[in-house]
Amino acid sequence: MDNVKKRAAELLKSEAVKVVIGYTMGTNGKPRAAFIQNAEDVDSLIFNAQCVQNLAVYLSKAEIKQLGKPAIVAPLNVLRAIIQLASEMQIQENELIVLGVSPDGELIDFQNFSAIEKYLEDFNMEVDAKEKETLEKISSMSLEERWKFWNEELAECFKCYACRAACPMCYCHKCAVEQNKPQWIPVAAHRLGNLEWHIMRAMHLAGRCVNCDACHEACPKGINLNFLTKLMLNDAQEEFGYTGVTLKEGNLLSTFKTNDQENFIQ
Amino acid sequence: MTIEKYLVKKASLSTLFDKIKASGKTIKAPVKKRHTTDFAAVGSLDETTDDYITTAQSAKSAVFPRVEKLFGYVKSKNGVELVDYDLSTIPETVLWGVRPCDAAGFDPLNAIFNWDINDVIFSTRLARTTIVGFACAKADSSCFCTSVGGNPGSTAGSDLLFTKLSNGDYLAEIITEKGKAIQALAPELFEAAPSEEKEQNLATVEQKFTREEIKAKAEQYFESDVWKEQAQRCISCGTCAFVCPTCACFDIQDEGHGKHGQRIRIWDSCGFSLFTQHTSGHNPRETQGRRWRQRVMHKFSYMPDRQSVYGCVGCGRCSRACPADMNLLEHLQQIVKL
Repeated sequence: MDNVKKRAAELLKSEAVKVVIGYTMGTNGKPRAAFIQNAEDVDSLIFNAQCVQNLAVYLSKAEIKQLGKPAIVAPLNVLRAIIQLASEMQIQENELIVLGVSPDGELIDFQNFSAIEKYLEDFNMEVDAKEKETLEKISSMSLEERWKFWNEELAECFKCYACRAACPMCYCHKCAVEQNKPQWIPVAAHRLGNLEWHIMRAMHLAGRCVNCDACHEACPKGINLNFLTKLMLNDAQEEFGYTGVTLKEGNLLSTFKTNDQENFIQ
Repeated sequence: MTIEKYLVKKASLSTLFDKIKASGKTIKAPVKKRHTTDFAAVGSLDETTDDYITTAQSAKSAVFPRVEKLFGYVKSKNGVELVDYDLSTIPETVLWGVRPCDAAGFDPLNAIFNWDINDVIFSTRLARTTIVGFACAKADSSCFCTSVGGNPGSTAGSDLLFTKLSNGDYLAEIITEKGKAIQALAPELFEAAPSEEKEQNLATVEQKFTREEIKAKAEQYFESDVWKEQAQRCISCGTCAFVCPTCACFDIQDEGHGKHGQRIRIWDSCGFSLFTQHTSGHNPRETQGRRWRQRVMHKFSYMPDRQSVYGCVGCGRCSRACPADMNLLEHLQQIVKL
């Protein structure tokens, strides 16, 4: 982390950036986001396996944008989110400085977004073996069993929208759930409202989700809503040959290719 | 009434529980499910847990459900017929295992719902709810009840309060007539009061400040940058409000299905950016700093001014549940030092 801190201090001192978004130790032994504006404060930056919040979520937050040009401490999940946000034209290369960080806290230098894209090629975005097992179990359920499973899982949701708020890809100023002319989705946290909300959210994230689990980590009820996005990731891989975030691909489901499979059209 | 004290043996607790159940009341008690402990309807004491500091969500949904029908309507050739909420469907409920902080939360809720107009549905639910509290033997670093007028053994808000003694038996304090009605279900289980001091069985929660200090400072520093700075990491979800025992903001929605439908009230939060957005597009609380200030001001300034009750019981739920570590105690300590 020393090199990350050193670079962060240099960037602040030279005024190349106005703020460094990183992790610091919070309360109850949990890391939290820090917005460092003075070079003297860089020593509070930390990085460890508990740093699971996806900091890229702050890149689209108006209050943080107001602070000026940011540098962001970026482990793998944040790097993926940055590239996806860039491909969706939500951030531009000259708008931020990325301080890549390896799992053991070492600084990784990136000259530009293409270098990040290249780096990400070495890390397949796949669900891990244990998760795969769970997902396969869900997929192999009968229709009735699956309906019951999801109804029970989502019944706990009280629609605090922490999943949405923690997700770097949920940057819409007005989410579909808040559209009321017409109202697409019931606002209430009842069975139908919860089901429609989570299905809609998963659909909107298909081929965009960076599989960071920030939604699940944020959920105060520990709902496995990330199973939905992971199942979507599986589908994206199997049906569309999706391999992970890239700068050029755009959104998987809103990008037309002449060689797209069309055998589902009957 | 004056508080009556009894001893209830450890083994008698499940008998009492069964007697309450047999009386036809719904019992909601803390149940461990997945990573969290929350109130759920249960049939026996075995299904419940006593291993929790506080439940993840407060007990408020017993009187203020997250989705609640206010009335129904049916359209016909003759016009629209309104169908009142059938109050007889509200069950007599016993909330079992409520912590003193949570029990203290019903008073501010009541103050809000019955501030100007009597909210009949809320009041009926509250009237049919009996609160069986359990004093805290454990606390964590998010707890601050003693800084906001409570304490780990406070009887305020409970109808009956149990405190676990060193040998596993319980001191039972009967606080209200509703508590007395629970005792009357099995009077033989309530024995002569124990000699052991209650206090030695309670958690220690160090007092950090007073509510009055927070009120004065928050009002004085209304225009300070402290709110903006504290709210930097806030991600604008509604978790804090939804786990809070006293947050009472709601949204009204109409849900129609062809010729019939219903008007419902559902939980809402002042932390959401759309909460105060006007039809014109103007938002008087445009930034998260302003929304965060509103949350603190409402609990520590507006509520005591308008409803003569503070809106924070120091349960620490918001701090524990916050995905961005917006720790209320930490922030209040910062405000008090301004």
